[in-house]
Amino acid sequence: MEKDLPLTLTDYDREMWKEVLKDCLPLSAGIIPFGLTCGILGSNAGFSTFEITFMSMTVFAGAAQFMAIAMISSGITGWAAIVLTTFLINLRHLLMGASLSPYLLKLPRPLQYILAFGIVDESYALTINRIEKKGYNLNYHLGVCSFLYVIWNLSTFLGAFFYRVIPNPLEWGIDFALPATFMVLLIPRLADRTSLIVCLVSASCAIWGALFLPGKWYIILAAVSAAFVGGMLERGKRDEH
Amino acid sequence: MNIKLMSIILGMAVATYITRIGSQVLFARTGMPGWLEKWLKHVPTAFLTALIVPALLLPKGYLDISLGNSYLLAGVVAAFTAYKTRSVLTTIVLGMGVMIILNRLMPF
Repeated sequence: MEKDLPLTLTDYDREMWKEVLKDCLPLSAGIIPFGLTCGILGSNAGFSTFEITFMSMTVFAGAAQFMAIAMISSGITGWAAIVLTTFLINLRHLLMGASLSPYLLKLPRPLQYILAFGIVDESYALTINRIEKKGYNLNYHLGVCSFLYVIWNLSTFLGAFFYRVIPNPLEWGIDFALPATFMVLLIPRLADRTSLIVCLVSASCAIWGALFLPGKWYIILAAVSAAFVGGMLERGKRDEH
Repeated sequence: MNIKLMSIILGMAVATYITRIGSQVLFARTGMPGWLEKWLKHVPTAFLTALIVPALLLPKGYLDISLGNSYLLAGVVAAFTAYKTRSVLTTIVLGMGVMIILNRLMPF
């Protein structure tokens, strides 16, 4: 691990920002269409520009926001129903938080709380990838989270503000930038047999779960069962030595 | 401003934050148990796979393994490019290129 001291304004790190931008910009191509769509759908469902932007600023979780908008526009407006569904959809954050915990728990509490707020699929993927390549870096983690936060809110706002004039950006398939980026992060990881098996188990569980489970449960199912299989395989391997 | 809507949004915000901070709160005193840390090592691979595969095979919510599924075709191109180049930019440009050609220029 690198010995980075907590960020102060004086050790503002130009190189680090370059790295953050280099990693975040391609992902943004996939996030912006979703943010715009969130703004557009929210406006269609009767949210004001302020309300839908406020939702992006405080919730900061795309899937749950889309779900809430869909529920509200189909007439389900119960507080408990929407909040509970949000909780269930976002349970996968627990897993990401646990995976980042070894690094987060070494930081001062306030930083932990701020970085926890920044946990989304994309920031997690980038941060964990950097940890394995070059080690954990606080400035990088903070940079990625804040960059993605700004992008998400800005695109929600623009979508809501211009919703009458812009076409649905998801119809173009621009959201393909997300799986494409994740692929570049995933493929180098598949260098040994255990990782390949983890990937195959996860893929099958994800397909099954996406077909038969509601919401984002397929991610939780796939991640838990595949990581379990990986852990078991590794234990078997160690016993042989 | 709609009070009911705002209270729903705030409820969602709190519920989501609980899922994000949960692991830190849980392990703050005890630290992460060793067995869990070993197990969590495979979470990134599993997680990335779970994000990618349904996005390509079920882009519209149902299993679509056909030449009409532009996400799948672009995904195959992107996987090959990612394997060969390890470059996000090249992978996105080629993948998106295939995507746009299929979506905009093909008759289906």
